[in-house]
Amino acid sequence: MNDRVIIRFEHVTKQYDDDPPVLDDVSFEMERGKFYTLLGPSGCGKTTILRLIAGFIEPTKGNIYFNGKLMNGVPANKRQVNTVFQDYALFPHLNVFENVAFGLRIKNLDKKTIETKVREALRFVNLEGYENREIHEMSGGQRQRVAIARAIVNEPEVLLLDEPLSALDLKLRTEMQYELRELQRRLGITFIFVTHDQEEALAMSDEIFVLNKGKIEQRGTPKDIYDEPINRFVADFIGESNIIPGKMLADFSVEFAGKQFECVDHGFEPNEPVDIVIRPEDLEITTREQGKLQVRVDSILFRGVHYELCCYDDNGNEWLVHSTKKAEVGEEIGLYFEPEAIHVMRRVETKENRGGER
Amino acid sequence: MSGTTKNYSRYLYAIPYASWMLLFVIAPIILIFYYSFFDIEGHLTLDNYKRFLTPVYLRMTISSFWYAFLITAFSLLIAYPTAYLLTKTKHKQLWLLLIILPTWVNLLLKVYAFLGIFGTYGLVNAFFETIGIGTKQLLFTDFSFVFVSVYIFIPFMILPIFNALEKLNPSLVDAAQDLGASSWTTFRRVIFPLTLDGVKAGCQAVFIPSLSLFMITRLIAGNRVITLGTAVEQHFLVTQDWGMGATIAVFLIIAMALIMIVTGNRKWGVKQ
Repeated sequence: MNDRVIIRFEHVTKQYDDDPPVLDDVSFEMERGKFYTLLGPSGCGKTTILRLIAGFIEPTKGNIYFNGKLMNGVPANKRQVNTVFQDYALFPHLNVFENVAFGLRIKNLDKKTIETKVREALRFVNLEGYENREIHEMSGGQRQRVAIARAIVNEPEVLLLDEPLSALDLKLRTEMQYELRELQRRLGITFIFVTHDQEEALAMSDEIFVLNKGKIEQRGTPKDIYDEPINRFVADFIGESNIIPGKMLADFSVEFAGKQFECVDHGFEPNEPVDIVIRPEDLEITTREQGKLQVRVDSILFRGVHYELCCYDDNGNEWLVHSTKKAEVGEEIGLYFEPEAIHVMRRVETKENRGGER
Repeated sequence: MSGTTKNYSRYLYAIPYASWMLLFVIAPIILIFYYSFFDIEGHLTLDNYKRFLTPVYLRMTISSFWYAFLITAFSLLIAYPTAYLLTKTKHKQLWLLLIILPTWVNLLLKVYAFLGIFGTYGLVNAFFETIGIGTKQLLFTDFSFVFVSVYIFIPFMILPIFNALEKLNPSLVDAAQDLGASSWTTFRRVIFPLTLDGVKAGCQAVFIPSLSLFMITRLIAGNRVITLGTAVEQHFLVTQDWGMGATIAVFLIIAMALIMIVTGNRKWGVKQ
């Protein structure tokens, strides 16, 4: 086995009573020193994975390995991981110093070592001089940092972060994204970050796991996931996109919106029904004659960085376009895109179409 | 103009409460102080206070505090684990109701019930007979006094502790364990300190009334345990020495006020 692997899930299922499983036969490996993000809508099982790693819950079926050692049945307080909680879970009866020192005091370290380590951890998160503050005197962003300091002071091999930015306002959230990424690089430990915010996931991660209904839909680098979503769910969840039904005619040739286009995808069955994804920012506005697609502008919205145009082609497909160029409502325009902008996905097997098309 | 009228109406609403406080709290306390300076013949004197400081009354005071302490300690020992289990059960509200239910029954009725249970021909002795221990004197002992008092007071200890435990953010417990704390350390360093307010409130609700118990002392302890409460009752109803009774009451009031101040909820600097 690869010795870079720090966490391994083997056919892990978590189920409460007779409810559908929260996590359904999930297997994966995570390497040390990387920034992982578990991304998905609420109830997809991302927090469950985190709690399984932390040891707050035990899997119903399957095995969890940490550094090659089976972790099933090992209680949370005996695991080499620490968690930054969604609500920070700072101890309100202790001040900043004592919150950070909590884990060290349990290890019975001597006073001087504790003092040094706590100060170092607080310096790491830019909270020098806040040692004697009470928790309720700290702002949301500062509490966040205390929570991080309290976790990293124990020098865990893996840091688990459960939607730690969701309670912060937009500006602070963006700042903290940079800081967390930077912190991970400096510490060189594995971060497992849980979020439902795809922008956050794309900005911070080495690798993203997209989860849905207790299953991993796709794992890959942010660029892989954004550019080559494996199915409609992933494409839809990662950013805004145009998803159009189409048909793969042959390798490098696809048909949609009643036309034939050159593309870079291959390896499909001839005439296999597929979904086409084109990102709104990959569509360029040109004249009707120069465009590969002819559409009519239905509405236009100013979004600050760009205009968001909602257009319809002659077949009634909706096209979302992000452009710095402006067009008039009702105007007939052309859309131009490179063959690389077309992403072809296999149809997701759903209950409705299973067997029907075969 | 409208601002001042609003203020007036606000004071109007306070009238029922203020007059209640005046008539049934403040006036009686003043009366008690007043009576404590008169002897049995109605002469103004400080003798009552001198008498209170004699060994007879001091012993009574110590015994009152000792029994109140025992009752509070046993209540706490039983109530905390009970409240903790209660927060973990499925039908919390039902269990809570079952615990509160006995408080709706009159105190005297419950005490009389124990006379039956602990009596020579009562349930407990019948049980002792069958298992061969033989009849024991249960009534009129320290044990039965503390037992019945704990039984009576326990709901008042469970409720505030239960509320405090319910308010405790469960992720704090997760956080403590995540940082390496064992269950016991988690309890000692996180759960208990954060539910201390509930414990204090419960201790107040039990300790203060048990200081002045008199009904249970007479019926269950057969006046073998004489507390300040008993003494107050005896002076007012039997010896008719209202002055001495009032003096003891003054000391009780001072003691209770001190306990309230010492165990009071001091929320240092909490701004939220």
